[in-house]
Amino acid sequence: MKYIQENIFNNPKMLPTRDGFGKALVKLGEINEKIIVLTTDVAGSVRANWFAEKFPKRFFDLGIAEQNMISVATGISLENKIPFATTFGVFITGRVWDQIRVLVSYSQTNVKLVATHTGVTVGEDGATHQILEDIALMRVLPNMTVIVPSDFNETKKAIFAAADFKGPIYIRLGRQKAPLITTDDAPFEIGKSQKLRDGNDVTIVACGVLVYEALLAAEKLNKLGISARVLNMHTIKPLDVDSLLEAAKTTGAIVTAEEHQIAGGLGSAVAEVLSQQNPVPIEMIGINDEFGISGTSDQLLTYYGLRSDNIVGSVKKVLKRKR
Amino acid sequence: MNNIEKKQINNLIEISKQLRIDVVNIIHGAKSGHIGGSLGLADIFTALYFHVLNHNSNDPNWADRDRFVVSNGHVAPIYYTALAHSGYFPVSELSSLRKLRSRLQGHPNSLELPGVEISTGSLGQGLGVACGMALIAQKDKEDHLVYCSIGDGETQEGSIWEAAMFAGHRELSNLIAFTDRNYIQIDGNTEEINKLEPLAEKWKAFNWNVLSANGNDMEEILNAFEKAKKENSKPTMIIFNTKLGFPVSFMDGVSKWHGTAPNDKEAKSAIKEIEEYYLKLNL
Ligand SMILES: Cc1ncc(C[n+]2csc(CCOP(=O)(O)OP(=O)(O)O)c2C)c(N)n1
Repeated sequence: MKYIQENIFNNPKMLPTRDGFGKALVKLGEINEKIIVLTTDVAGSVRANWFAEKFPKRFFDLGIAEQNMISVATGISLENKIPFATTFGVFITGRVWDQIRVLVSYSQTNVKLVATHTGVTVGEDGATHQILEDIALMRVLPNMTVIVPSDFNETKKAIFAAADFKGPIYIRLGRQKAPLITTDDAPFEIGKSQKLRDGNDVTIVACGVLVYEALLAAEKLNKLGISARVLNMHTIKPLDVDSLLEAAKTTGAIVTAEEHQIAGGLGSAVAEVLSQQNPVPIEMIGINDEFGISGTSDQLLTYYGLRSDNIVGSVKKVLKRKR
Repeated sequence: MNNIEKKQINNLIEISKQLRIDVVNIIHGAKSGHIGGSLGLADIFTALYFHVLNHNSNDPNWADRDRFVVSNGHVAPIYYTALAHSGYFPVSELSSLRKLRSRLQGHPNSLELPGVEISTGSLGQGLGVACGMALIAQKDKEDHLVYCSIGDGETQEGSIWEAAMFAGHRELSNLIAFTDRNYIQIDGNTEEINKLEPLAEKWKAFNWNVLSANGNDMEEILNAFEKAKKENSKPTMIIFNTKLGFPVSFMDGVSKWHGTAPNDKEAKSAIKEIEEYYLKLNL
C-alpha cells in the first residue's frame, strides 16, 4: 500500500488542513446525528461554516466568548452528544486552559477541541495569533489526547477518529495551504506513528507541517549518503513509544521537528521517553524560546529555521554525537 | 460648542481624511489587515490623537500623559496611522505594515513601537489593563486620564464584564472607555450572533456613566469626550455609533470587510469614495 502521494517533491498538491476539517465535519454530520459544532465568531476561518450550512440546527456560534464555549461544550457532552469546539489555536488552548483542565481533562468529558491557525504559518497576524505553546499546554493535561495531522488527508482521518474516540481530544491544524503528503489509503490510528521512509543512520521524528520538511531533508540526506528514517508522529499523546524505541535502537540518533516551542512540545515528549529508556543523542528543531512575528508563512518557516536544510544541519550534528 | 472652534474641527476632519487614505493604502499594500474597524474608527482616533489626548510623541513615556489602551488590537492600521502622523515614528514606515521584521506587527506590540501602551490582539484584555492604570492614577491622585477602545463584538468576552464590574465598583471616574458600535463582527451582525442590546443599560447596571454619540461626526465625538472628562464619580462608557468601513459604501454593514484587504480595484474605489465624501463636506 502506498502511504505517500506521488510527485510530492516536484509538484505537491497544496491544501490547508483546516479544509480537511471542514470537509470531515460535513461527512460526520451526515452519518452521526450526535455531532454538534461550536465556534466563536470565526465560522468561516475554521471552515465550520460548511457544516453550519448543511446542519444549521446542530451548529452554534457563541460569539467572541471562548471560555463559555468550553463550558457549553462540556454541558452538551453530558447530554450524550459529541461536541466539536473549534476556533483559532490561541483561543482554544491558552485562553480557556482552566476550563479545559477542570471540565474536559479532569472530568474526562467527550469534548473534541479543534484548533486551526497554529504556529508561525498563521503569518501576517503576528505573535498574538501564532500559538507556539499549545502542544505543551494540552499534552501536560492528564487524560488528554493530542494530535497534529501532517496534511489534509490525515486531518480528515483524525477528525473521524476523534468522533469515534471516547474522551477528550485536541487536534492541531493550520491556516495556510500545505503539501498533500499522505494518500487516502494510508492508515491512521490514534497513537500509532507512520514510518513514511525507512533508514538506518538516523530517525527524523516530525509532526504537522514539519513532516513535509522532514521528507525533503531525508531526500537531501540520501544524496549525501545518509540514510534517514522519517516517522510521522501525528499523535503526540499518547506517544508511540514502541516505534520510538525501535527507531532509537536501530538508528541510534534522533532529530525531532515541529512548528512549536522546543520546550514542552514533540521534542520534549520524545526526550522524556528516550532519556529514561534508551538515551541516544537527540537534536531538536522548533521555536527556540521566542514569540512569532508578522510575515508570510513561507518567510517565517525560513526565518525560524524550520526548513529541510535546518533538519539536514541537525542530522549532521546529531550524527557527530552518535556513539 | 465650547472652546472648540469650527476651524479646529475642520482641521481635524482634514487629518481624518489623510488617516483614512493611509489605512486603505497600507492594508492594500500588506494584502491583509482589518480595514472595516480601522476606517470606521478614523474620526475617533483623529479626535483622540490630535485634540483630546494629552500626550507628547517626543516623550512617549512622559509620566503625566493620558493613557490610551487599544483593546481591539486588530484595528492596528488606524492606530499606527494616528501614531505616525502625530510623530511617534516616520509616516514612511507605515508601508511596512505586517511585513517581515517590521515594527508594525499585525497586532500592536508595545515593545517594538513607541506610543503603544500594551500589546493587544487577543480580544477582551485591554479594558482590564486600562482599569489597572486608572486605579493607580486614582490612588496616587494623578491628574491624567485613561482611555480605552473596545469593539462591540469584543464586548461578548466575559473579561470585558469583569473589568466593567471592577471599574464601576472602584468608581474609576478617570477612565473613559468607548465602544465601536458598528454592529458587525466576523460572522455577521452582533445581534444575530450573540446579542449585546440593551448595551447602554448593561453598562449603566455596572455603575458606569454612559454616553452615546455618532462616532463618524467630529463635533459629536469631541463633545462626548468633553462630557466624559467632566464626570467625577463613575467610569464613562461612550457608545460611538459608527459604520464599518466608513465612508466606503460597499463596506457598510458587510462583515467580510471586518478583516479583508481590498484588491487593486477595491482600494481604488474606496479611496475615490473617501475623497468624494470629504469633498461633499465642503470644508
Ligand atoms: C480572544 C479573541 N478571540 C477571537 C479573536 C479573533 N477576532 C479578531 S477580531 C474579531 C471580531 C471582532 O469584532 P468587533 O469587536 O466587533 O470588531 P470590528 O469587526 O467591529 O472591527 C475576532 C473574533 C481575537 N482576536 N481574540
